[in-house]
Amino acid sequence: MLSSAATSITVILIVFFLFIEGAGVFTKKPIDDGFLLAVSVDNQVKKIKPSEIKDIYDQKITNWKQLGGKDLPIVLFRAGDITDYYTEEELGKNFEFFPDKINELIAKTPGIIAFFSDKYKAKDFKGRELDIDKIKVSEFLSGEEWFPTAQPIAQMGVKPLIYGTLWVSLGAILLALPIGLAAAIYLSEIAKKRTRSLLKPLIELLAAIPSVVYGFFGLVIIVPLIQSTFDLPVGETGLAGSVVLAIMALPTIITISEDAMRNTPRAMKEASLALGASKWQTIYKIVIPYSASGITAGAILGIGRAIGETMAVLMVTGNAAVIPHTLLEPVRTIPATIAAELGEAPNGGLHYEALFALGCILFIITFGINMLVELVTNRNSHKKH
Amino acid sequence: MHKIESKNVNFNYGEFQALHDISMSMKENTVTALIGPSGCGKSTYLRLLNRMNDLIDNTHMTGSILIDGVDIYERQTNVDDLRKNVGMVFQKPNPFPKTIYENVAYGLRVNGITDKNEIEERVVTSIEQVALWDEVKDKLKKSAFELSGGQQQRLCIARALAIQPSVLLMDEPTSALDPISTAKVEELIYELKNKYTIVIVTHNMQQAGRVSDNTAFFYMGKLIEYDKTKTIFTKPTIKQTEDYITGRFG
Amino acid sequence: MSQQSSLAKKKRRNQNIAFGIFTFTSYAIVALLFVILAFIVIKGIGVISWEFITEMPKNGMTEGGIFPAIVGTLCLVLVSMVFAFPVGVLAAIYMNEYVKDGWIKKIIKQMTNNLAGVPSIVFGLFGMSLFVNKMGFGDSILAGGLTLGLLVLPIVIRTTEESLKAVDDTFRQASYGLGASKWETTSKIVFPIAFPNIITGLILSVGRVSGETAPILFTVAAYFLPKLPTSIFDQAMALPYHLYVISTSGTNIEASRAMAYGTALVLIIIVLISNLLANALRKYYGNKVKTN
Repeated sequence: MLSSAATSITVILIVFFLFIEGAGVFTKKPIDDGFLLAVSVDNQVKKIKPSEIKDIYDQKITNWKQLGGKDLPIVLFRAGDITDYYTEEELGKNFEFFPDKINELIAKTPGIIAFFSDKYKAKDFKGRELDIDKIKVSEFLSGEEWFPTAQPIAQMGVKPLIYGTLWVSLGAILLALPIGLAAAIYLSEIAKKRTRSLLKPLIELLAAIPSVVYGFFGLVIIVPLIQSTFDLPVGETGLAGSVVLAIMALPTIITISEDAMRNTPRAMKEASLALGASKWQTIYKIVIPYSASGITAGAILGIGRAIGETMAVLMVTGNAAVIPHTLLEPVRTIPATIAAELGEAPNGGLHYEALFALGCILFIITFGINMLVELVTNRNSHKKH
Repeated sequence: MHKIESKNVNFNYGEFQALHDISMSMKENTVTALIGPSGCGKSTYLRLLNRMNDLIDNTHMTGSILIDGVDIYERQTNVDDLRKNVGMVFQKPNPFPKTIYENVAYGLRVNGITDKNEIEERVVTSIEQVALWDEVKDKLKKSAFELSGGQQQRLCIARALAIQPSVLLMDEPTSALDPISTAKVEELIYELKNKYTIVIVTHNMQQAGRVSDNTAFFYMGKLIEYDKTKTIFTKPTIKQTEDYITGRFG
Repeated sequence: MSQQSSLAKKKRRNQNIAFGIFTFTSYAIVALLFVILAFIVIKGIGVISWEFITEMPKNGMTEGGIFPAIVGTLCLVLVSMVFAFPVGVLAAIYMNEYVKDGWIKKIIKQMTNNLAGVPSIVFGLFGMSLFVNKMGFGDSILAGGLTLGLLVLPIVIRTTEESLKAVDDTFRQASYGLGASKWETTSKIVFPIAFPNIITGLILSVGRVSGETAPILFTVAAYFLPKLPTSIFDQAMALPYHLYVISTSGTNIEASRAMAYGTALVLIIIVLISNLLANALRKYYGNKVKTN
């Protein structure tokens, strides 16, 4: 009784844990634990967005005026810059005067913005800690930069990852769909019974090969092939990911489309043939339209597999977190990001939580895809009655 | 010359021999009824006339079938051309999941007719031929599944007529219909006889008696008796035929 | 008639072209399978030896063997099956023999489908959050095995359900007819008949568990361990993770290529054997049940 609910409980637990951990990224100050950003007490800017901090340190914002403050040039300061202002003697042998000097510097420089560890925060701190806005869900989704370990502030924009995932998956399905359909047509309508019973298990065997083996195969065969064919600096590209994913998606597409085609009523096919239609005409005018929803379901499930696939993609796409313009550039997908970065992200930290938030996105996408497939196949079964 | 002529036809599904040495011929513009108990081979024989049995794996045929003097199992005979000339109506109405109009137009399109006016004209004529026009003229763009069973079957007949065959095969065309629809289809068969050579498989003795000129009685894969319908029903020469017709078995 | 024949010729030609493409494509896919398999077999067969199977990795994993990875994978298979097999089989029995068709069954079915569609990396995240952190198992065979167990649960449930459905209802009716209770019927009649088929589900799951990498990345897998695990609370190496490591981020990727081919071959062999075995069993018992 309880065990029959096991899968339901698991799904609920997955949702619970993923979302609890992932939500942290939106409820926490987006600055590394133990660090702070300080300004002069006179500074009128009270709150600041993570992206603005980055622009300041990239010197795209150079005046407090741009942030609604006084007309005052921004003076950048990181802990390491201290030697520009004070000599080593002034800081003391063991940097024991470090906190005082920072304190002094902040007090006398009205335009300063200082980033340093709070162990250097003096007891009689004369500056003001800058309040940093939490990351909004919309910023998380639309942010164009993914630098989760950047200093002074992490950039958590998942747009390049979402784009990377979609590009690679769409590329895969564009390759796999025509090939898979062709094979499904062959198996269901053309092949003799014996040929079919020989080929079908072989094609299904493609689904059994572990994804890490596909990744390895892609790495040593497909990546160099793409590099030399397109004369690229590196072969680890979105295209390599698409090719590998296409091979992996084939069994799904073929099995489901073939099932749908074989469900076409015999009476329908016979009626067409009896009117003098050729077998091929019957296939594309009767069988394919009749099984359209099954074929769609196969394609959607194929995309779902591709979106969630981790290891093979991680090994062949080059993993550059930039918005791709062509499939011949390195890209990074959501699953690959999680796999590559979670090992380095400290437990419970902002980066860790951001990766769980990525997991949530992935879960929502695949859950949606499952629902969509359910919808498409249900509509089909209604049609048949 | 006979329209359809079969000589010494044997047919096997794998090991099972479904037809034994069938020789029979049919004249142009006649209705021939094939009767006999289930599994007697009458449907198998019918499906040989437009090579529908080609679709089944592991079958084997010997002997010859000639239509208009041409052996339809010869290598150079194109099976698509053959089926265009030999239309078929099935046991259950089997319209395509398309509109009423497209159902009838389908056969024209797959046979290379692209002229819109010609297609429309032939669709309308065919639907009129089966006396369905008044019932469907306002809903040609609706799905064929919205029609009643009897209407669907007449639509399927119209679909077969649209490509202007000279032979029409009917495999128990009224077995899934109510009595009123059955009467309409029978009436239709009677009218179509003037233009087509019709072969009809039926379970229904009265139907065979009403619509056919000649009747063939099949039993266990053999052609037992073949004669004018009147003769078969009033004074059959073979005992098995008489037993079947009088309902003593079958 | 002559005009018709030219149409027929055109139709035949189009059909031949289309069917030619379809036939070629299908065989090309099968050829691709053989290329992948042959490539790994040819490159890997020379690497595999008794030492490769039974020794520790040496010299920055460029030499020696993969013994600890094999042991680790075996442990993971064992733990995941000990968890998933009884749970999955009981779930399927309950669903198939006890629950009446209705919305509850529908929801459970839908949830099982959804679980099957969850990407393996999400299982990895979940396993890390629940088993490693919340339950405090740490990176361990237990945490990894349970994560993998959840991953294959839908497979076990589905194959078991199919096997139970394949049992002819007359067996059940005969048993009831003799006055047996539902549980007696299920445990003494239905389950034994379905058992060989249920085993095929188990075998397929073993193949799947052996090859999965993403779920074990953060729940158990170790980059390199000089000794074998001694309890289920130890970290372990595993074959798929080992292949990933030595082909992408080893100390010397080029030098460890041979090891990578060998590892890939061992993985492929495990997966192929489990699939062929499952197929053979299914065929053998499928025929047997029918002739009964």
